[in-house]
Amino acid sequence: MTDLITNLTFFVLAAFLGYSIITKIPATLHTPLMSGANAITGITLVGAVVVAGSGSTTLATALGFLAVVMATINVVGGYLVSHIMLQDFHGGN
Amino acid sequence: MVDFLSDSVLRLVYLVAAVLFIQGLRDMTHPRTAVRGNLTSAAGMLVAVVVTLLNFEILSPAVLVGGLAVGSLVGAGLGMTVDMTEMPQLVGAFNGFGGGASALVAGAELVARAGNGGAFPTDVAVAAAASGIIGAVTFTGSMVAAGKLHGVVTGSAIRYTGEQVVKALLLGVAVLAGGYLVVQPDLLSSVLQGSWVPAFWLLVAAAAVLGVMLVIPIGGADMPVVIALLNAYSGLAAAGTGFVLTNTALIIAGTLVGAAGFILTVIMCESMNRSLTNVLFGGFGEEASSEEMDDIYEGNITETSPAELEMLLDTADRVVVVPGYGMAVAQAQHAVAELSGLLDEDGVEVAFGIHPVAGRMPGHMNVLLAEADVPYDKMKELEEVNPTFSQTDVVIVTGANDVVNPRANEADGSPISGMPVLNVGDAGTVVVNKRSLSPGFSGIPNPLFAQDNTVMLFGDGKETMQEVVNEYKENR
Repeated sequence: MTDLITNLTFFVLAAFLGYSIITKIPATLHTPLMSGANAITGITLVGAVVVAGSGSTTLATALGFLAVVMATINVVGGYLVSHIMLQDFHGGN
Repeated sequence: MVDFLSDSVLRLVYLVAAVLFIQGLRDMTHPRTAVRGNLTSAAGMLVAVVVTLLNFEILSPAVLVGGLAVGSLVGAGLGMTVDMTEMPQLVGAFNGFGGGASALVAGAELVARAGNGGAFPTDVAVAAAASGIIGAVTFTGSMVAAGKLHGVVTGSAIRYTGEQVVKALLLGVAVLAGGYLVVQPDLLSSVLQGSWVPAFWLLVAAAAVLGVMLVIPIGGADMPVVIALLNAYSGLAAAGTGFVLTNTALIIAGTLVGAAGFILTVIMCESMNRSLTNVLFGGFGEEASSEEMDDIYEGNITETSPAELEMLLDTADRVVVVPGYGMAVAQAQHAVAELSGLLDEDGVEVAFGIHPVAGRMPGHMNVLLAEADVPYDKMKELEEVNPTFSQTDVVIVTGANDVVNPRANEADGSPISGMPVLNVGDAGTVVVNKRSLSPGFSGIPNPLFAQDNTVMLFGDGKETMQEVVNEYKENR
């Protein structure tokens, strides 16, 4: 139960922090923001790595493997396309 | 390895990763620092993954490395080859993979726990059910959204009878299966304990079908909102997985993404003056009656040519370009950018007026223009550009329709009433480049085209704009 409360604390604080930062991002950068934020969801990779590594059953490992593939596509692709898009923005001051 | 990195160290490194994500997002608040921000965030991800790999005893490195390699190749391959016009569907698809991964991790954790006959606490069950439902909805919903944007699934809204009942039933099945997971623990016999995992897959299956049913009835024009919303869902799914695994890195990162998605969803809805409920449950786009169109357009349309537009530009002091998705489809952004560069060199003040929902994703038009080397400071948002139209000599509307429709300012009960629009009619002359008088997504005619100070420049965006550029160069 303490774990749950601690986790909830992180969740709520991160929500407030995210709101205050993200509302400051200009409309021009909304597409790169979305694909960058999207890449951050690939953090599930960490979870997938833990599960794939635990190897307690074959099914769990297989699911973990599939999750690693999907999450890696998300991370690598997301950061890459954000980078490509952002490099195009010139003349900001 | 486990001894090498204690649990406290692992948690501290996750904290560092979270700080890098937050700093990365902070740097996204300005184009000058945005590239750095993206790299900072990527570094946070690298730190989190590497420390996880070091800390846990990986029994099957081959499986893991194989997964990472396959994922990297696919992700990088898609990312390197994508066209900027097709960016929204790719981001949508990536988003779906993120959601799918969350659902799978939650499932794998449950399978592992059930296999061990281990404890199965309530908070784990709640979080697993949540990330299973949200992750599966995100996966299939994003794939349908990407398919609609890519044209492999029809862009029009597919409505069917009993739509809401079907959705409610599917959600009901998923929630009941989730409830079963939560209620179980020691009260039930070992036979029933064996049904935890099947119950989870039933939940995932129902949620996956629900994802399809949710997005299929939504028209292509509303996809920016849907993609933003699904992005928020995938963040929540990741946070849910964090609750399952008691992993703060996942919780913080997932929540940040959830916040970003919801904020963008709200911005998109406000830009169309529609509620989220209306986007999700109300079809958009009625048929324009040809009589109504004739009433407005008949005898009131003035045509122009690239040569005439060139003459207008010769005497202009201030020009505003209003791009729409039509410009992107025609790939006219390079010609438009070249024209704006030439005007700028000749001392004409040029700006781009960009409506928040122009394009297929929030900010999509800005990305297309940036790719064509339009400087960032020339791109103006709606609130910024609207007051300047009265001091503007020429407005060039290219491939945009509903976002410049003055009927949005009238309370006539049309689908776009109350939607904030670019008031281009205030300018000296409005030149509308469009292939025909056909209505936009809203399906209603645009009285702007019939206005006295509006001239129509019919033709393909790319060809027409290139002709204007050529004319302008010749007469410099």
